[in-house]
Amino acid sequence: MNDKINTYTLSIYTENNIGLLNRISAIFLKRHINIESLTTSQSEIDNIFRFVIVVSVLESKIKRIIKQIEKQIEVIAAFYHTDKETIFLETALYKVKSKSLFDEKHIQKIIKDSQANIVTVSPNYFVIEKTGWREETEKLYVSLEPYGLLQFVRSGRISVSKKPMNISNILGLNTEK
Amino acid sequence: MNNSNKISGAEAVIRCLLEEGVDLIYGYPGGAIMPIYDELYKFQDQLIHILTRHEQGATHAAQGYSRVSGKVGVVTATSGPGATNLVTGIADAQIDSTPMVCITGQVASHLLGSDAFQETDIIGISTPVTKWNCQITKAADIPEVLAKAFYIAKSGRPGPVLVDITKDAQFELMEFKYKKCKSIRSYKPVPNYSIREIKKASELINSAKKPFIVWGQGVILGNAENEFKNFIEKTGIPAAWTILGLSGLPTDHPLNVGMVGMHGNYGPNVLTNECDLLLAIGMRFDDRVTGNLDHYAKQAKIIHFEIDPAELNKNVEVDVAILGDVKQTIPELTKLVDKKTHPKWIKKFHSFYKKEYEKVIKDDLNPSKKGLTMGEVIKEINQASKGDAIIVTDVGQHQMVACRYAKFNKSKSNVTSGGLGTMGFALPAAIGAKMGAPSREVVAVIGDGGYQMTIQELGTIFQTGCAVKIVVLNNEFLGMVRQWQQMFFDKRYASTEMINPDFITIAKGYNIDAKKVTKREELKSSIKKMINSKKPYFLEVKVEKEANVFPMIPSGASVSEVRLE
Repeated sequence: MNDKINTYTLSIYTENNIGLLNRISAIFLKRHINIESLTTSQSEIDNIFRFVIVVSVLESKIKRIIKQIEKQIEVIAAFYHTDKETIFLETALYKVKSKSLFDEKHIQKIIKDSQANIVTVSPNYFVIEKTGWREETEKLYVSLEPYGLLQFVRSGRISVSKKPMNISNILGLNTEK
Repeated sequence: MNNSNKISGAEAVIRCLLEEGVDLIYGYPGGAIMPIYDELYKFQDQLIHILTRHEQGATHAAQGYSRVSGKVGVVTATSGPGATNLVTGIADAQIDSTPMVCITGQVASHLLGSDAFQETDIIGISTPVTKWNCQITKAADIPEVLAKAFYIAKSGRPGPVLVDITKDAQFELMEFKYKKCKSIRSYKPVPNYSIREIKKASELINSAKKPFIVWGQGVILGNAENEFKNFIEKTGIPAAWTILGLSGLPTDHPLNVGMVGMHGNYGPNVLTNECDLLLAIGMRFDDRVTGNLDHYAKQAKIIHFEIDPAELNKNVEVDVAILGDVKQTIPELTKLVDKKTHPKWIKKFHSFYKKEYEKVIKDDLNPSKKGLTMGEVIKEINQASKGDAIIVTDVGQHQMVACRYAKFNKSKSNVTSGGLGTMGFALPAAIGAKMGAPSREVVAVIGDGGYQMTIQELGTIFQTGCAVKIVVLNNEFLGMVRQWQQMFFDKRYASTEMINPDFITIAKGYNIDAKKVTKREELKSSIKKMINSKKPYFLEVKVEKEANVFPMIPSGASVSEVRLE
């Protein structure tokens, strides 16, 4: 068997419930697995929430973890995908001194070439937003670093799967009506 | 505003319990749960509350009650230390799949997160060890949440749930309406079974030459003892039990070949690696059962009957998975299998038993040496109780010996802490077992170490008059750890020797009849006297100090490397 460590994007559909995040993260904690990124948001269905979690683990392990997650009462369904099976993005924000924008001509070229957006400009600072893959936001980070980054932040991964996940079907099957 | 139809949240809690058919709960009062206790006082003719001497005792008592009665055990405790003291029992119930509802009081909702007096985040603390938990801050939510709690605790693979109720929600007035929970859209307690898989299983069974069954507690939790018995009798397949499966099939049944696992019987362990088909029924391939997984039943096809999809292929990859409730799946399979016998194959188990008898069992049950053995004590209990008693055990050497030798005629008769291995489990669990099956004899067999972990529950026995029989097998050691120290740590007995108090005096302090046995001549009559007593009874038996439990699969070894000495 070629059981190797892969990066997996987990999509977990849940009822909105206080404490569920704790319950899900405890499953990783118990197995000493680092959560690389975590995002929660509304899903395509009213009042159903979606967790997107990125972890790097063995394939044999991820299968068991998914079952443990699905076992939680308020979890409707959980899926795991490799990078090839999803479309995924992250968003990064870079806060830079405004002075650099005007003094360093080069910086404008960097922004243009990386297809980043300027979100806001104020007398003291300006904020650049870049959405894309990790390599792209990292490349921009490296380019901007010499000009002095006042702040940097990157969101967790958001992703949609290429194949359908059919949550409404699952819900339809599980409801009484 | 008209409040005449309204009741307090605290009263609603009691009414919910009554709606769920609860008539007995275990617990310990305190500040944050006082409104509920005030209602318990008013409802005491309908709902009995047993005051244990420690909240952990309440959880184990509820477990014992549940394990013998099949009902949900209910526990109440206050916030802070009251709630944290429940954690061991909750974890025990989680790993041994025991249905339990714990209700804890919590500081008033406006104080949440302020480090108020006796505030702990019991939701956070109990999350990894509960099947579900929920905090209530509004009285109106109480009926729905408790209905859900009972449904989740007892459905599918059972387990413990915890409901934390703030003090203001207990005081708040609400209109009471109760509707039992029948389904939750995100939760499927019993997966659908597949007839195709059952057909596949029947083909493997019909063509197997050396089939072997290992059954676990799933058979008992599913109330499928008869279905299971019919199945093995039709197929003639020898069957062995995991520690929690014990009593699911009478000990004397000709197809019952004994126990698997670390201290299980010789034949079932060795032949696990010789069978051509292994049927795992309502068991989860715990490491204490399988030994080294790389050398576990590799030669065999494996069929797994399981209600919890997360258990499939968790430890052992199986060839056929029969998801679902064994109460439904076993009869479906029984219809499809041929009537058969396997005399030659079963003979093998018998010949291994003979070896084990010569090397181990003979000296355990009929020792020629002077010192009393744990085995002969269990033998005498068997004779005095005729195999009809509920045997509650703690954790350690005495537990393994009791499970190996205790005789059971009826199901739901073996109560022990299997998965978590909680020392201190037996005494309070025995109290719960006696209350869950009042007409039955309940004998707690406990080591001198575990006994002292929850010895305060003698107070509960004293106060309630609960007629449990307590047998402490005293070897003045933490025997199982000492055995490992002898075998694997060159006899360096680090902190395993115990200087014990006079247990008889302690029992007498609680007005419990007590006797100490040090000689073989006194054993039979003392056990008889204990069993015949209608009151609680304490018996201390001084057993050999440095005896070891065999057979044994050393950790990391394969089941077929089980050692007889």
